[in-house]
Amino acid sequence: MSLPATQRRGRVGGPPDDPPRRARTRRRRIPAKRWFPYVLLVPALLAELAVHVIPMLVGVWMSVQQVNQFTLRNWTRAPFIGLDNFALAARLSSPAGQQLLRSFTTTVVFTVLVVVLCWLLGLAAAVALQKPFPGRGVLRTLFLVPFALPVFTAVITWRFMLQRDTGLVNRVLVDGLGLFDDKPFWLVGPNSFVSLVVVMVWRVWPYAFLTITAGLQSIPDELYEVAEMDGAGPWQQLRRVTLPMLRPVNRVLLLVLFLWSFNDFTVPYTLFGAAAPPDADVLSVHIYQSSFVTWNFGLGSAMSVLVLAFLLVASAIYMLFSGRRAEHA
Amino acid sequence: MRDGVGVRVARITVIVVLTVFTVVPLYVMLVSSVKPLRDVQGAFTLLPSAVTVQPFIDMWRTVPLAQYFVNSVWVSLGASVCSVLIAILAAYALSRYRFRGRGGFLTMVLSTQMFPGILFLLPLFLIYVNLDRAAGTSLFGSRFGLIITYLTFALPFSIWLLVGYFDSIPRELDEAALVDGASPLGALVRVVLPAALPGVAAVTIYAFMTAWTEVLFASVLTTTETRTLAVGLRSYATQSNVYWNQVMAASLVVSLPVVAGFLLLQKALVRGLTAGAVKA
Repeated sequence: MSLPATQRRGRVGGPPDDPPRRARTRRRRIPAKRWFPYVLLVPALLAELAVHVIPMLVGVWMSVQQVNQFTLRNWTRAPFIGLDNFALAARLSSPAGQQLLRSFTTTVVFTVLVVVLCWLLGLAAAVALQKPFPGRGVLRTLFLVPFALPVFTAVITWRFMLQRDTGLVNRVLVDGLGLFDDKPFWLVGPNSFVSLVVVMVWRVWPYAFLTITAGLQSIPDELYEVAEMDGAGPWQQLRRVTLPMLRPVNRVLLLVLFLWSFNDFTVPYTLFGAAAPPDADVLSVHIYQSSFVTWNFGLGSAMSVLVLAFLLVASAIYMLFSGRRAEHA
Repeated sequence: MRDGVGVRVARITVIVVLTVFTVVPLYVMLVSSVKPLRDVQGAFTLLPSAVTVQPFIDMWRTVPLAQYFVNSVWVSLGASVCSVLIAILAAYALSRYRFRGRGGFLTMVLSTQMFPGILFLLPLFLIYVNLDRAAGTSLFGSRFGLIITYLTFALPFSIWLLVGYFDSIPRELDEAALVDGASPLGALVRVVLPAALPGVAAVTIYAFMTAWTEVLFASVLTTTETRTLAVGLRSYATQSNVYWNQVMAASLVVSLPVVAGFLLLQKALVRGLTAGAVKA
C-alpha cells in the first residue's frame, strides 16, 4: 500500500514553497483552466455520443416506427406507428408476445441461477484460499484463466465437450458413471438450458472469486482473533465476521453479475447459434434473431426498450433495497 | 489455532472440485489440438492415440484463419490505442480538475455499460449502412467502423482505472512542472504518464482483450473480408464436417495472446476491476 505513503510525503515533506508566487501563477492560469478540462473530455464525449447515446436515442425512436425489410432502405422516413410495436411485443395472445414472455422467463431463471452459483463458488474458493499455503498463488492464477480466455474459444470447447456422440460429458456421465441409459442431447431440448447455465457459470465465477478475494483482504485479522477468543468456530466466523464484512462488496458484485448474465449474448450465441433451442432462448439472442433474421427492427427495438426499462427498474429497486439493508447492518 | 478436520476436508474438497471444473475444458482444448482427426471423430479419449502438430498446420487452410487474424489484430490494435489515448485525456481532466458536469460525465460513461448491447446494435447498424450511402464512407463492414465501435467499449473501465492511478500521483509533481513553464499537456505527458505507466499498460491490454473477444457487434458489422476471429472461428464449427482438432488448435492459438496479456497484468487489472466493484 504505497498510496498513503506518497500522499503523506506530498503533504508533510512537500516544499512550503513561497506561497504568494504560487498563488499568483495559479490565478494567471484560471482562464485556461476553465475550458481546458472540457477540451480534454471532448474525444471521450464524442465517442460515447456516437456509439452509445445517439444510437440509443435512435433505438427508442425506431421502436415507435414500422422498420422492417420494406422500409429499411428509408428507415428515417419509416411510418410512425406509435406504440404498436410495444403492443405486439406485450400482447400475450400473439405468437410474438408468447415467445417474448417465454424468453423473458428463461432469462430471469438463467440469470438467478448464474448469479447465485457464481457467488457461492466465488465465496467458497475465496474463503478456501484465504489463509496462505504452498501453491495458493498458482491456484489463484489458475482460477482466473476461464475469465481471461476469449469467451468464444472457451464456449467452442464446451460445445465440443457437449457433443452427443463424441463429447467428453456423455463419455463421463454415460460410459463412465452410467447415469443415463441413452446418451442425452446437451445442445438441443430441455438439457440445453442446463448446458447454458454450466458454461456461463464456468466463465463468470472467477470474477466473483477475485472480487470476494479483494473484499476478504480488507477484513482486519483482529476481527477473526476476537471472534476466536469469544469461542466462535470457523462456520460462525464465516457467518458473523466474513459475510457481514463482505456486504458492501456483495452489493455491487451481485448487481454486476446480474447485468452481465442478463445481457450476455456471446455464450448462448456461440453455444447454439442464432437459432437457440426454445428452452435456452434468452432475450439477447431472441431479440437478435427477430431483428436480423426476420428483419423486424421496429419490433426488435421495442423489445430492447422493454428490456432496458426492466433492467433500470430492477437495478434501482435493488440499489434502494440493498442500500437500506446495508445501513441497518 | 489449527483448523479442525472438518474445515480442512471442506477446504480441500472446494479446491479439488473447482480445480477440476476449471481445468477440464482447458485440458480438452489442449489435448484435442494434438490429436489426429480419427481421434476427435470417435468417442472422447483422455490421451491422443498419436501426438501430431498437423491440426496447427491444416487449420490455416480449412478457413481463412490468417485473414481473420490480420483483421482482429488491426481492429484490436486500432481500438485499444485510440481508446487509451482518449481515456488518458479524460482521466487527466477528471483527476486534476473540478468542473461543472464532472459528475454527470462520470455517470453517463459508467451507465452506458449496463445497457444491453443489442439496444444500440440495431441503430448503429442502420446508421453505419446509411452513412455508406449518404457520405460515401463505408463504415459498415469496414475495420474502421469496428474500431470506432470497440474503442468505446473499454472506455468506462479505462477512465475509471486511470483516474485512480492519476489520483495516486501527487498533484505537486505536475503543479511544479506547470510552474516551471510546462503546458498542462506537457505536464501530463512528461510527469503524470510515466508515473502511471502500469495503469496505462493494463488498460491497453484490457481494451485489446475486449476488442479481440467481442462477438455480437462483429457478427453484424463485418463482411466476409473483414470478419474477425471471434466470428470466423464459428465457421469451422458450422461446417458439415467439423475438424474438431483444428478448431481446438485454432482456439488455443487465438487464446494465447489474450491469456498471456491478462496474466501478465493480472495485478493491475484485478486492482481496477475490484476497485470498480468495491467503490461504485
